Amino acid sequence: MQNLKTSRRTFIKSAGFISIGFTMFGSSCIQRSDATESEKISNNAVDASRVDAWLQILENGKVKILTGKMELGQGVKTAIMQVAAEELNTDLSLIEIHVAETGITPNEGYTAGSRSIETSAMSVRKAAAYTREKLIALASKELEVEQNALTLKDATISGGHKQISLFELLKGKQLTEKVGEPKTIFAKTERKVVGKPIPRKDIADIVQAKLHFIHDLRFEEMVHARIIRPTTYTSKLVSVDENLVKKEEGFKKLIKVGSFLGVIAEEEFQAIKMAKTIKENAQWENPDTLPANTPLKELIQFLPADTETDTASGDWESSIQQAKVQHKASYFKPYIMHAANGPSCAIALFKEGKLHIWTHSQGVYPLRSTLSSLLEMSEDNIHIQGVPGSGCYGHNAADDVAAEAAILAMHYPDKHVRLQWMREEENSWEPFGTAMLMQLEAGLDENGRIQGWKYDLWSDGHSTRPGRNTENLLPARYMDKGYKRPASGFRGGATRNAEPYYEITNMQLQSHIFTGPLRRSALRGLGAYANIFAIECFIDELAEKANIEPVDFRTMHLKDARALYCLQKLKTNTRNVKTAENEGLGFAFSRYKNSASYCGVAAHVFVDRKNGAVKVKKMWAVIDSGETINPDGLKNQTEGGMIQSASWALKEAVKFDENHITSIDWASYPIFRYNDAPETEVEVIDRVDQPPLGAGEAAQGPATAAIVNAINKATGIRIRELPVNQVLLKQS
Amino acid sequence: MKEAIKLKVNGLEQTIDTTPDTPLLYVLRNNLALNGPKFGCGLGQCGACMVLFNGKSVPSCQIPASAAANAEIVTLEGLADEAGQLHPVQQSFIDEQAAQCGYCTNGMIIASVSLLEENANPTDEEIRNKLQTNICRCGVHSRVIRAIKKAASL
Ligand code: FES
Ligand code: FES
Repeated sequence: MQNLKTSRRTFIKSAGFISIGFTMFGSSCIQRSDATESEKISNNAVDASRVDAWLQILENGKVKILTGKMELGQGVKTAIMQVAAEELNTDLSLIEIHVAETGITPNEGYTAGSRSIETSAMSVRKAAAYTREKLIALASKELEVEQNALTLKDATISGGHKQISLFELLKGKQLTEKVGEPKTIFAKTERKVVGKPIPRKDIADIVQAKLHFIHDLRFEEMVHARIIRPTTYTSKLVSVDENLVKKEEGFKKLIKVGSFLGVIAEEEFQAIKMAKTIKENAQWENPDTLPANTPLKELIQFLPADTETDTASGDWESSIQQAKVQHKASYFKPYIMHAANGPSCAIALFKEGKLHIWTHSQGVYPLRSTLSSLLEMSEDNIHIQGVPGSGCYGHNAADDVAAEAAILAMHYPDKHVRLQWMREEENSWEPFGTAMLMQLEAGLDENGRIQGWKYDLWSDGHSTRPGRNTENLLPARYMDKGYKRPASGFRGGATRNAEPYYEITNMQLQSHIFTGPLRRSALRGLGAYANIFAIECFIDELAEKANIEPVDFRTMHLKDARALYCLQKLKTNTRNVKTAENEGLGFAFSRYKNSASYCGVAAHVFVDRKNGAVKVKKMWAVIDSGETINPDGLKNQTEGGMIQSASWALKEAVKFDENHITSIDWASYPIFRYNDAPETEVEVIDRVDQPPLGAGEAAQGPATAAIVNAINKATGIRIRELPVNQVLLKQS
Repeated sequence: MKEAIKLKVNGLEQTIDTTPDTPLLYVLRNNLALNGPKFGCGLGQCGACMVLFNGKSVPSCQIPASAAANAEIVTLEGLADEAGQLHPVQQSFIDEQAAQCGYCTNGMIIASVSLLEENANPTDEEIRNKLQTNICRCGVHSRVIRAIKKAASL
């Protein structure tokens, strides 16, 4: 049972709506016989060093690009297609793209860390440029025309009054050799498509309700499932009475694996009602409670921690002690959630010993290897296809729901099982962005220069993505297989941007990694968000002590010309802002990961001193991500990043009681809505000669710091805990 | 028990077999295979499921199927005209690229269409108030406001 058989998806348009037919292991509703060999699903390993791993020439005259990355709403498909179109000198309408699918696309790990352009797009660029040069050489022989008389345009090579399509030239074959080093990168010389604000085609699809989301995949005889959640993270199921729902119309199966409990019904609303009935009657044993009564800020500082000195340079201690001005402050950020607008969803089918999963996971390959160990089946028998979901901003419940759907499907074979979480589940069972505490100390000389710097950071590990550990998949711990809650996550995530980008000679940085009470994983920016918030607010505090304008204080401590340019632009773009009474303009800057995009943010806030409410009127960003692939995509990401960050800063904290999370919907976990959202203005600095840098997470840290700094300008009050506590801003 | 319920969706009369308490959202999505309305919360808090119900934008997760009989229901699929020409609001969402993941887009467009029916020339504040129910986690608010103003000017 090594190879999966053909699977074809066909869309049929009928009666004003789109439905989907799928042929899968014979359960077809529509057969298409024209599938080429390369389109057939195989679980063969994709050799990413080969050209055809990234680029294939199709018979219909188009070029297919393959990427192991997922479209998360960040516009990666469009950006990668632009890169390919440029190198192939081929119109975008002739380029197709296939995202993350096991056995089909290269294994590119996770779509995370703002790395898709730096990695996937650059691999595609190289493969496309290499293909262009290689095929021109081939065509030269085939057509007997000098190479430099030939041009590739729109998937056809022509010159010397002759022409040949790429498909004809390759005689239906693909380039299977290793991608070689191309001589010319058109993005650096011609730049006709790259650097242009090409509109995303998927936005046009979404606007017209065309099939785009995993939530909208429909299969013949698909059944619907819901999970019955326990009372606490560590509850054990004592009893459940199947008879409560067995006679209900549409009931298919109650599935119980240890304490993992799910119900399958013919219709979605039936499954929802059955899950509710079962939940009301199921008995759980709850051995543990959550530490709901200790303030989180204290709790995380006193949990057992694994301490490491991450950076030590010079004599920070005496540099601080001997400095003219000494200053100390600590900052806190609570647990916050990804809170996708659309609850996580997956579809799974188990048929003839093969498991097929549709998921919006950020990593189909890591999910496959983890599921292989959880389900104790060979990776060869698991096929996973990525389909876009609701924006996730990191590792949310996407992998969990896929694992759950897989378990259910294995207990209910031969039918597509669709599982979508309810709002309450999404909010209370996803892995959150962890709470963090940052303690800073610094000394300044008489010119206001930082002489010594000490930074202590308390954080949980940030990433518990599935690839590391079977226990990272939520259902694992309920299956009675001895799996527990996972140990601490990715330490590096905590210290991301913990080191300031400023020129400081004497410095010590220590991180104290604890295992906190709540589930947690990677959320947009990981530790960089809270670290930049703390550092950039503390820098403002130091500037005030030194009596230097905050932006000037920063430029005094920066050497990198691109960082300086970014701040200078930001200052220029905000120079005409007038602040009225109780208004303030705040600034912040960071270079994401200290190696990716440069981003400066300014915020103009108004504080209503009667009730302490903060209104963010406008936010500006200046972002330098090196070579820009799609400036509008970059702007969109940066605008959205600022608004999301403002929401984190002013509204968000996950609450819990002794049992579990109590922030279970949009009322108990409010986020920014239209009346909160500021106006935004983003300037992109495009640097054609530089490599492109990750950008999707660059605004998170500076946006919050800029708001908090602006509040200080408006009120003189220094906020050091998130979310901003209105009460502190009220004038009595 | 299931009953036959008559619905008029996007101008078409349809008879659906469902239990009367099933929220309209599930009927539209699952019985009629419409992609527009999305499940976001099921609680009337997010607007992802919005449809035009007798011309007004309402959350379809809050309407039992039985209460939808005899109403004129229009979903995102039904906004384009017969020739396939997009509604100006749809077009301006594309022109302004007013989406990221797009999960909220259905609700935003439906609410905007409803707004422009009531008020052909809304101010920023009126737009914000109308869309206050619609959650967007990606932060496309400022783009959506631009898109609506553009649609209003068409
Ligand atoms: S799904 Fe209906 S309002 Fe959220
Ligand atoms: S665009 Fe993603 S929720 Fe609005």
